[in-house]
Amino acid sequence: MSNVTPKTKPQEGRDPMEGGSGATVLRVITFIGLVLLGVTFVVPFAFQVLVSLSTVADVDLLTQTGFPPALRPENYADVFRQVPFGKYFFNSFFVAGWATLLQVITCSMAAYAFSRIQWPGRDKVFLLYLATLMVPGVVLMVPNFVIILRLGMFDDYTGLIIPAAFSAYGTFLLRQFMLTIPSSLDEAASIDGAGHWRIFTQVILPLARPGIIVLAIFAFLFNYNSFFWPLILTKSENLRVLPVGLLQFDSTYGSETPKIMAASLMAMIPPVILFLLLQKYLVRGIQLGAVKG
Amino acid sequence: MARVVLKDVVKVYDRKVRAVEDFSLDIADGEFVVFVGPSGCGKSTTLRMIAGLEQITEGTIAIDERIVNDVHPKDRDIAMVFQNYALYPHMSVYKNMAFGLMLRKLPRQEIRERVQEAARMLGIEPLLERKPKQLSGGQRQRVALGRAIVREPKVFLFDEPLSNLDAKLRVTTRTEIKRLHQRLKTTTIYVTHDQEEAMTLGDRIVVMSAGRGVGRVEQVDTPLGVYRKPVNRFVGAFLGRTPMNFLEGKLVDDGGIHFQRDPGFHIRMLGEYEEQLRRHVGKEVVFGFRPSAMSEGPTGRNEGQSVTLNTVLVEPLGRNMDVSCRTDDDIHIVARIDSDARSEFPVGEKVTFYLDMDHTHVFEPGEFGNNLLHPPS
Repeated sequence: MSNVTPKTKPQEGRDPMEGGSGATVLRVITFIGLVLLGVTFVVPFAFQVLVSLSTVADVDLLTQTGFPPALRPENYADVFRQVPFGKYFFNSFFVAGWATLLQVITCSMAAYAFSRIQWPGRDKVFLLYLATLMVPGVVLMVPNFVIILRLGMFDDYTGLIIPAAFSAYGTFLLRQFMLTIPSSLDEAASIDGAGHWRIFTQVILPLARPGIIVLAIFAFLFNYNSFFWPLILTKSENLRVLPVGLLQFDSTYGSETPKIMAASLMAMIPPVILFLLLQKYLVRGIQLGAVKG
Repeated sequence: MARVVLKDVVKVYDRKVRAVEDFSLDIADGEFVVFVGPSGCGKSTTLRMIAGLEQITEGTIAIDERIVNDVHPKDRDIAMVFQNYALYPHMSVYKNMAFGLMLRKLPRQEIRERVQEAARMLGIEPLLERKPKQLSGGQRQRVALGRAIVREPKVFLFDEPLSNLDAKLRVTTRTEIKRLHQRLKTTTIYVTHDQEEAMTLGDRIVVMSAGRGVGRVEQVDTPLGVYRKPVNRFVGAFLGRTPMNFLEGKLVDDGGIHFQRDPGFHIRMLGEYEEQLRRHVGKEVVFGFRPSAMSEGPTGRNEGQSVTLNTVLVEPLGRNMDVSCRTDDDIHIVARIDSDARSEFPVGEKVTFYLDMDHTHVFEPGEFGNNLLHPPS
């Protein structure tokens, strides 16, 4: 941190972040603010950990003392004993994984068509497609349900995966991303002898990778956390995904809050790992999308 | 290698913007043709139509005797170098150059040989494993050149390839392009807005303008042809490092055709032009002369014609110096004179300059006024 102000601009006010005692105060205030903000995020999480280690009877006590009288780590094992938790895990992964893969494929192809190919009415169709984002999901719930029923996908993996394989939001995200890739690259490739398929797979897709990773993260998290659609679309036990499975502790065995907490903590692990592994792409991807002029 | 023929080519955008108007040109096999003009004159659009990157609204384009209006770019057997290089950022230099050959399913061994040969020619062999972002602007442009060369196409298309380079690199790369053309003898079409680039590179130059609401061809000729015999005022003004000087006045006949402008200009035209100028006696004209046509003593075919001007500023350029002058009624004129003759030049004085009449022109009024001495054929 330097205190030297450039001699060529003596009149200009100093940037408060550049140095001096005023700047130090500002930094301290910022730091305290961030710590407080951090605490508000951590406290509920810490509370969840404590509840997951308590007995049902101790939960109320916990709100008063802040710590359970006795720890009960068996809650975690119980989750697996009482319900087919492993199966729920598999289902969630299976459904979210396929949905993500298919969504990346469909969205990137649609985005290519909406950004790199000139065809009559293209932008109007795109606007129409975007407009579907304005319709609240609940409104579509019943018609979608009927469609799935008629297609014979009720209570089946396909019913969980296929509707999630398309996304107007994902198409929008990737289209914006692809618009930042200079058109001279497609032109160079087409002169080099490439058709649309090659331009898409060998030029545009590799360059859109940060955007695709962002979309994949969003799509995976969204589908991994999806609750309502799997709830109304499945009835068999072996098709339940994690969020639906967690309900078991609320109905069949009474309200077993510690086990719900333990189960949801375990359910949280994969997305957290995913985030930690890919956060640099996430930040870069969001920035890249934003910087585009 | 191939002949390229454009016949009455028209490009209209959105049914109203006429970007290119009636462009006809016959480019011989192995010729180096430069399209030059200010921005918006349709030079790039024409190039892109030849490449197949733009639809042709009217007319035909033929490459090697085959009309290519509806032929996909990849089937036209052309290679193009873009202003922004258009290198694939995720591929190594080698892959960038080999990409087109791989798509054409050439044997791996041949691809390797061709890429290495081109890399050797351009001096980029040590860079083959690098990614484009690890290269400087000049190196990137060489790779782009290499990518075009390895394809051994019938026609090279260059779209302002040197615009993103700094002045020094521009000159060396320019020389390199010229050398490559001499070596490969491939038909080349080159687009630039830089008249100096056009003059140095082209076997022929196509001067285009945008001034009349449409992009159109003003003149097609050799570099010296367009420089010495511009068909109209626009071409005269556009070419030449220092702009041509223009004076508005009248043609009068008093014992020979003279350009007359008051106060102080009474310049006799060369005898050989008298016949064609006689029709314009009494009409408004624009007298044009290049800064280099002015000198302190009689030179060239001068026949005693001179102008007396007030000098205001001197810019030494090494071998020459540019002397900014004003007429008595405050019109700006630049004279480029030999600095070997003297080391200083009087400023703020009246100086008489002699005109080399072979480098003077008489235009009809207006920005696109025809050259009355060298009318368009």
